[in-house]
Amino acid sequence: MAGNVWVLAEQWRGQLSDITYEVLALGKEVATALGVDLQAVLLGHEIKDLARSLGEANSVLYLDHTALATPVPETFAHALTFAIRARRPHVVLIPLTNVNWELGALLAAELEVGYVNACKDVRSEGGKLETRSLLYGGKMEAIVNPGQSPAILGILPGVRPTDQGRADAMPPVEELTVDLLETSSIRWKRYLEVEAGDIDISKQEVLVSVGRGIQSRDNVALAEDLAGALGGAVCGSRPVIDQGWLPLSRQVGKSGVVVKPKLYVAAGISGAPEHVEGMKNSDLIVAVNSDPQAPIFNVAHYGINADVMDVLPTLTEAVHSRKEVKKHAA
Amino acid sequence: MKIIVLLKMVPDVVEELELAADGKALDTEFLRMIANEFDNHALEEALLLKEKYSGTVTVVALDAPEVDDALFTALAKGADQALKITDGDGTLGTRAGAYRLAQTLSSVPGLLPADLILTGAQAIDDLDGLTAPLVSHLLGLPQLAIVTKISVDTTAGVATVLREFPGGVRGEYEVKLPAVLGIQAAEKPPRYVPVAKVRAAMKSQAIQSVPAATAADGGVGLLPVEEMSKPEVTEHAQMLKGSPEEIANQLCEILAARGLL
Amino acid sequence: MLPDPATLPYLGMPGYFHLWLLTFVSFFVFGSRVLRHVRVLAQARPENRWDHIGKRIGLVVTNVLGQRRLLDEPMIGVAHLVIFWSFVAYATTFFWNLLRGLIPALAISYPDDVGWVAFCVQALGVLGVIALAVAAVRRYLFTPVSLERSWDAAIILLLIAIVLLSALAGAGFRALAATGEESWRPLGGYLAVIFASLGVTRWQAPTLYLWTWWVHMITVLGFLAYLPYSKHLHLLASPFSVFFASLEPGKMPSASEGASQLEEFTWRQLFSGLACAECGRCDRACPSFVCGEPLSPKQFIHRVKELVLASSGSPAAGNGKKFLGDVVRPEDVWACTTCAACMERCPVFNEHIPLVIEMRRKLVAEGDVQPRLQEAFTNLGRYGNSFGQSERKRAVWTQSLDFKPKDARREAVQWLWYLGEYACYHPALQGITRSLARTLRSAGVDYGILYEAERNSGNDVRRVGEEGLFELLRQKNTATLQQARFNNLFTTDPHVYNTFKNEYPDLNHGRHPVSHYTELLAILLECRQLKVARKLPYRVTYHDPCYLGRYNGVYDPPRAVLKALGMELREMPRSRRQSFCCGGGGGRVWMEETGEAHSRPSESRVREAASLDGVQYLVVACPKDYVMFTDALKTTGLESKLMVKDIAELAEEAVTA
Ligand SMILES: Cc1cc2nc3c(=O)[nH]c(=O)nc-3n(C[C@H](O)[C@H](O)[C@H](O)COP(=O)(O)OP(=O)(O)OC[C@H]3O[C@@H](n4cnc5c(N)ncnc54)[C@H](O)[C@@H]3O)c2cc1C
Ligand code: SF4
Ligand code: SF4
Repeated sequence: MAGNVWVLAEQWRGQLSDITYEVLALGKEVATALGVDLQAVLLGHEIKDLARSLGEANSVLYLDHTALATPVPETFAHALTFAIRARRPHVVLIPLTNVNWELGALLAAELEVGYVNACKDVRSEGGKLETRSLLYGGKMEAIVNPGQSPAILGILPGVRPTDQGRADAMPPVEELTVDLLETSSIRWKRYLEVEAGDIDISKQEVLVSVGRGIQSRDNVALAEDLAGALGGAVCGSRPVIDQGWLPLSRQVGKSGVVVKPKLYVAAGISGAPEHVEGMKNSDLIVAVNSDPQAPIFNVAHYGINADVMDVLPTLTEAVHSRKEVKKHAA
Repeated sequence: MKIIVLLKMVPDVVEELELAADGKALDTEFLRMIANEFDNHALEEALLLKEKYSGTVTVVALDAPEVDDALFTALAKGADQALKITDGDGTLGTRAGAYRLAQTLSSVPGLLPADLILTGAQAIDDLDGLTAPLVSHLLGLPQLAIVTKISVDTTAGVATVLREFPGGVRGEYEVKLPAVLGIQAAEKPPRYVPVAKVRAAMKSQAIQSVPAATAADGGVGLLPVEEMSKPEVTEHAQMLKGSPEEIANQLCEILAARGLL
Repeated sequence: MLPDPATLPYLGMPGYFHLWLLTFVSFFVFGSRVLRHVRVLAQARPENRWDHIGKRIGLVVTNVLGQRRLLDEPMIGVAHLVIFWSFVAYATTFFWNLLRGLIPALAISYPDDVGWVAFCVQALGVLGVIALAVAAVRRYLFTPVSLERSWDAAIILLLIAIVLLSALAGAGFRALAATGEESWRPLGGYLAVIFASLGVTRWQAPTLYLWTWWVHMITVLGFLAYLPYSKHLHLLASPFSVFFASLEPGKMPSASEGASQLEEFTWRQLFSGLACAECGRCDRACPSFVCGEPLSPKQFIHRVKELVLASSGSPAAGNGKKFLGDVVRPEDVWACTTCAACMERCPVFNEHIPLVIEMRRKLVAEGDVQPRLQEAFTNLGRYGNSFGQSERKRAVWTQSLDFKPKDARREAVQWLWYLGEYACYHPALQGITRSLARTLRSAGVDYGILYEAERNSGNDVRRVGEEGLFELLRQKNTATLQQARFNNLFTTDPHVYNTFKNEYPDLNHGRHPVSHYTELLAILLECRQLKVARKLPYRVTYHDPCYLGRYNGVYDPPRAVLKALGMELREMPRSRRQSFCCGGGGGRVWMEETGEAHSRPSESRVREAASLDGVQYLVVACPKDYVMFTDALKTTGLESKLMVKDIAELAEEAVTA
């Protein structure tokens, strides 16, 4: 029997991350193509209940151990190695976020098998796997056929829509007892929460940036609402900072901060080179501008040719309602 | 304290990347190699630690075009020793590279034991692994990646290390030395070293060349790339059309697909 | 007969005895204080300022004797000229009096005994008193920015007044005491009448004369002792500072590791501190200061003075404060645009920019460089441009031309066009660059470019203090230029122009004259190689770029072009050598804003342009200016009132029918 497709269910501080569902959705496709089962693997301590949210998988394998209560990567790698050796899956999909960043590479080293990093897609045809990795800052894609089994694959966020990996079913849960020694060389101490004080916009994952098109200080609140809904922060172009609508620490561009968030919403910003210099490397740029010719549209991935005053509130609304739906689903 | 920094050269993506004739690798003709950005942070962190606790910093790199520049720059910044592992052309994958680095570290006398081995948490060409976890595994040392802060208790031989987690939260660990740490960001941005100092280093200091011990295949062979291609680049934004509500929904789809909602 | 103040006895000793005593004390204090200053300067790095003696004497004549720069501010300029000359006159007569007083046996008369001398001195004395009043009123009632109402200033004004007034009073008493033979001394005689009307008798006059003589002499002797530690050290130091002025004010200080303490500066750099009159002219001209940046060139020089005084007070003095860091903050040093407005105005030819550069070099050497600037350096070293773009994209601007400019590396050309990175890479400027390309082609100019081999010239890199990087760029550029085949070189960028012209010895010795494109256009228009198809009916004003104007004296060719194209030029109040920097020079475009400034130089400048009646265009001849001013029009809300135009655009408009 060919081994199953495994998805490591990423949990952090007792919560499943969104990427888990994205990778589950991908795993489902791969498993179906290979004609095997999709199994979610849950590692941790006293988090068995999370299995209930993993309906997309055919079954859930659950490893509970006190040593897995704290995020020590090596312990997780040992546990997963143990499970892989015990159950011999064919493919192991690891969500690639800063929770499990080094896990795939560690696993592959321990198991002495190959590892493919930064996969933006995985397909399977005629029993053969084909992965597509994003390299060189997104400037190249490499296609690799991981021949060995198990194939350990690190999967980038956003491979499939989150919703595609959610299902209401209650999958069977199987517990695998694992004998783990807490590594003596790394001791977990604690989490340091985000400090108060003005945020550092270069460290934000989501930025809503406003330009002169926002027109008044009061309207900056519209951007703040959207940023709040998306879990990000507000920043701006120089004229907005000059006006004193936002502090200098929020200025993006040549004489401000260089940012590289996952999402940059440019609202009412023309896209002057001095501004673009500070944000062009953002992963996803969405521009809202009433001028269809605005140069910002040459930098953005998605453009909305409309009035910011209309778009921002509507978008905030839409984001909120989606979150509501998601909460209900969970 | 003795610190080793592993430094790797990666293609400069400011340059238009071109494909080699076989379509499986980058065309090296127009390639410009620069030190991996995160390795520069690792070097900076090492230098900061050296300033704080005193000790030595040794930079070790695999041979690659322009690696000498990078090593002399490291020396000019304050590294004490620079080592270049020859017999390579910079095309080894991350895994084989880590293998070769680990071999060299253990075979060249005087390098190990070191208190800390620092390297970048990632590199833009990491296709088949990550240097820090691989090297740590090969040397049998503890490791942590995405590290943003290190402080050391030299008498107890332990380091307190901060590792990044989602949403700006950081985790604090106590790591027994020696250890391998993958640096995400040094405590301060990498320092500037004036050109004159780099030139002076080129005159007064030397890079030590050591041949690689054996062929490096990382134990599992090199990961064969079937094909490389450039993703389609959009010169212009894709415009979303419809009523404000429709646009908002389309955008939510896009964000959700990228895990941003 | 009048009594001789030097021979009369006082306290049982003759006058000359007391005079010897006083003179000795005064000269001793003065001499030892001056010597201390000199000793401090001797610790500094050497710098040769003995070349071209003739030129230097010329400088002293126009700027010390003629006080040319002071006349930039006419009112106080004239007042100062008068005070200066009356001071010279009184200094001369003082020494004359002193000599006569010290050695009564010397059979010469007192200066006041010589009719024409007395007349001149008295006339200058009266004018001097009036000028002093003007100066006092200006300082205390209409205080200009950066002029202090300090005690020091008040004491000095008072001392000078006492010197002048005592001499004048003396003259009056003399006239009163004298017989009719002195009546042709009109001022003395007039004062005598006044004193007489105040009830002074002829018998009292000789004694009063004696007292005024002594007051005069003692005041001057006291003044002398006081001088070396006062702000009016400039009386003494400024002639030297003018004599030792830099004959190439734009020149970079010679290679150094930078400076952060006394011994690391050159003596001339330190001397600036001693020569400073604290007049504030530099501050009033400084774009950074005027806009509230943390930089005051005057304070800067003053700090240097304090540095010298602290060390001349007691050798290893110092209050534990680091000169560069605590006293002069890095922000101050970075805020300078190297526009040279301060140096152009400073009446004593102080050298602010070399000081700034030395300290920047130090900061760079220590790696104390803010991230954005670091990034610019890295980009410049790696790609040859600060935009961080591939050099292969350097000529993308040519892609939408319907012809391909010649490649000067492959074929010989008459003119090599060195564009500069802004003209190549900045999206807002590429259109203008194409305008120039077409215009020159239509005029039949045989030109070529270097395509991806062109690199940043290093002008601003050098001014930021990264001398090694400049050296690297210069080497590479020189090699590239050697491979190209061309006769003359022109550039779009005044910054390139400056450094190529003055700092690329190989280029100059290699007999390739460097021109700015406005110079080329001016020639083409003059010899009708470029024909104007239609006159442009615009009223415009023109901004002199620092590196074209003040640095290289190119004021007229751009204006000639505007005129030839048919435009009416209105000058801004600050034009030509008094032009006001756009704020982008000296590497400032690569730096973060500190948030301390209340406005930007570019904004002040566009307001100035917009205040001119009916002016439609602010015309520029520098790519950075174009960017800075279009931006400033936005931030000041003057977009509807004024537009920024480059001369190249206007030229194309006028030559195409
Ligand atoms: C040396 C230098 C350094 C600089 N540094 C920086 C820097 O660090 N950061 C920076 O941002 N800028 C910087 N600038 C300024 C830069 O050149 C631009 O002037 C600035 O970025 C423009 O800001 P903006 O896009 O908000 O304003 P504008 O260019 O005025 O654009 C406003 C945009 O809003 C749109 N708009 C108007 N109303 C609406 C509406 N109701 N709905 C939707 N869209 C609307 C308009 O179509 C327009 O495109 C610098 C300039 C210089 C010269
Ligand atoms: S050069 Fe210009 S900016 Fe610098 S101090 Fe002088 S006037 Fe100010
Ligand atoms: S440096 Fe020159 S211009 Fe400035 S205050 Fe001193 S004397 Fe005046």
